[in-house]
Amino acid sequence: MDWKRFGFIALIITVLFGVVVMVGQVKQPPLLIITSMLATTIAVATPLTLGALSGVYCERAGVVNIGIEGMMLTAAFFGWLGAIYMFHIFGLAAGISIALGVFFAIITGGLMALLHAMLSITFKVDQIIGGTVINILAIGLTGFLNRQLFFGKGSVFGGSVPSSPGVLPTIHIPITELFTSICGSSEVCLQNVQAINRVFDQKPIAMGAILLVFLSHYILFNTKWGLRTRAVGEHPKAADTVGINVSKMRYANVVIGGMFAGLAGAYFTIESVPSFEPMLTNGRGFISLAAMIFGNWTPIGAWAAALVFGASQALLINMQIYRDVIPPNWAFLQESYIVGLTPYILTMFILTGIIGKTTPPAADGVPYEK
Amino acid sequence: MQSEKQSNSPIKKILQSISDASLVPFLAILTAVVLGGLIIRFVGGDPFLAYKGLIQGSFGSTKALSETAVWATPYIFAGLAVALAFKGGLFNIGAEGQLAVGAVFSALIGYALPEWLGFDLPIYIHLPLAILVGMLTGGIWAAIVGVLKAYTGGHEVINTIMMNYIALNTTSFLLNGVMKDRSPTNVIARTPLIADSARLPAIFDGLRIHWGFVLALLVAFLIWWLLNKTTLGFEIRTVGLNPDAAQYAGINVKRTIIITMLLSGMLAGLAGSIEVTGLNYRHELGFSVGYGFDAIAIALLGKSHPLGIVLASFLFAAMRNGATRMQFLTQMPVDLISMIQALILLFVAADAIVRYIYRIKSKGERVVLTRGWGG
Repeated sequence: MDWKRFGFIALIITVLFGVVVMVGQVKQPPLLIITSMLATTIAVATPLTLGALSGVYCERAGVVNIGIEGMMLTAAFFGWLGAIYMFHIFGLAAGISIALGVFFAIITGGLMALLHAMLSITFKVDQIIGGTVINILAIGLTGFLNRQLFFGKGSVFGGSVPSSPGVLPTIHIPITELFTSICGSSEVCLQNVQAINRVFDQKPIAMGAILLVFLSHYILFNTKWGLRTRAVGEHPKAADTVGINVSKMRYANVVIGGMFAGLAGAYFTIESVPSFEPMLTNGRGFISLAAMIFGNWTPIGAWAAALVFGASQALLINMQIYRDVIPPNWAFLQESYIVGLTPYILTMFILTGIIGKTTPPAADGVPYEK
Repeated sequence: MQSEKQSNSPIKKILQSISDASLVPFLAILTAVVLGGLIIRFVGGDPFLAYKGLIQGSFGSTKALSETAVWATPYIFAGLAVALAFKGGLFNIGAEGQLAVGAVFSALIGYALPEWLGFDLPIYIHLPLAILVGMLTGGIWAAIVGVLKAYTGGHEVINTIMMNYIALNTTSFLLNGVMKDRSPTNVIARTPLIADSARLPAIFDGLRIHWGFVLALLVAFLIWWLLNKTTLGFEIRTVGLNPDAAQYAGINVKRTIIITMLLSGMLAGLAGSIEVTGLNYRHELGFSVGYGFDAIAIALLGKSHPLGIVLASFLFAAMRNGATRMQFLTQMPVDLISMIQALILLFVAADAIVRYIYRIKSKGERVVLTRGWGG
């Protein structure tokens, strides 16, 4: 990541935040708007961050993965389904059911990735076609099971979707408590501290995603495993010559990537809302790929790019909140369909390479033939 | 275990020589159907009854046949769209969006043009105009991606998907706003009905099959002719096989990429146009969900050959059309069809799996369909 690209990211985020502050300031003080935007941005960027990390692992090892969307969707479904089964059929406590749901989602993501690995590494299928197969399979599988299990003949749930055990709780970081004595009796000080505290009060997957960004950076660039991964993605022949098992490394990284996509899936149905609807991922797997490309196949760069998309989604959410105070000259901001275009147009703009070309791993998408 | 000797048996040799091209797709379908049957069994249904319903519902009567052809029409156009792009080394995942854009603009010309002009147009002007506008707007929608690919290297896979979402948002905006059907009882996001002069006539009285179906077959032939008998087709195929060699041979690669995307988008736009002018007589939000992905499966199943695409379109159309009858007979949800189609696609795309199961040797040719991010 060079400064030009980080500068661009900072600029776009500033503009998006600026628009919301401009519109919303008649209702709320700017600090409150900025902190709430920031909190939303970090939360909604979570699946994009994890999706982009998923892509980084796969592609650094030399396997193009456009099936992330499908892996997320399948994981979202099975994670949610698993939580419901644990809760209603096995009678486990809500908290344990939810935790197991996350576990099932990760496993599902890994299994879908295993299929992708088999297609692209063992059977040497065109990797973009393989990824498309994963995406279509995911839509068919989740659509069918969602209908069959809940409304089909002999459904254990008697023709309706049962209530889910709920969503993961927000973890409170006690910044306010820490500052209470410092603020003393100053009401404004306390309000500001509370506002800032909101940025840090996130749910577990959102927090975990940020940790995973730095962990992945460390693994990829500071460990033997990372070096080997990058070697099979850049020059598999050379890696093979020095005794690295190319297909084993690729299999492992694709499956790890799939588990990240699985965690992203869990975000949708276990962290964000406790329900599933067909095709709920809505293109976020593909946007993750754009984030990965813009981040030049690095975890931290991809995270920064994911935050831009998160911010544009936060803009959409906030424009609905401040709908009634949008000035007449800016009436188009009321149209959610128009504001909703931001992430897609941004993606296409970023991919033009105007902000600097990025280079994929040299052997990305090329099956290895001995 | 099957041995080497067996794979050299005369029967297998004949089978191979008769049609290596259609053997693998056929076995892929067979495998998917068997697996689909197992899934039906697994969730407590009767696979034989389900497949019987599927066949009855799609081929069992004149009306069923007509409906299958009606379903097949957009599939043929959209499948050709994806296949043409494949031939040019491009992966058009955006047929869905191009189709929606084509449909919206066809509908606009269909219902609004007489209002704007203040007089009614004869059918031989109004109808071709509506179809042409839908075709061109779909083409432009895809050509944008072609331009980005040719001049900036922005990968068409992500860009066509982004254009899908942009198309979805924009059509939602239009159909809920300026283009909404203002008749007092309407609450749905849809356009008004198009004028009679913009409607494709039905072929037979009392059946829904319309001239768009015949047009689809004609266009399939036209695309075969374009690809195999014209200079442009040769250029498209050469760029698809090896852009560097094409450049060296003096072909304008950038121009060819843009034209390929334009033509591909025009075919997808045509799919939308024909649905509006021949079948629905209006555009309604969400009518096209899934055509884009089905088109990819059809193009792969048909091996990007126009004749193969017509056949694959019929298969997919028959499954979609027969699904209702299947659901009636066995209470299996219609979504099961998407599942079986996904399996067919899996086995077609990964023909290595099919070859492995049935011990068929590969002819050794590897077709380049798409390219990685490097361009």
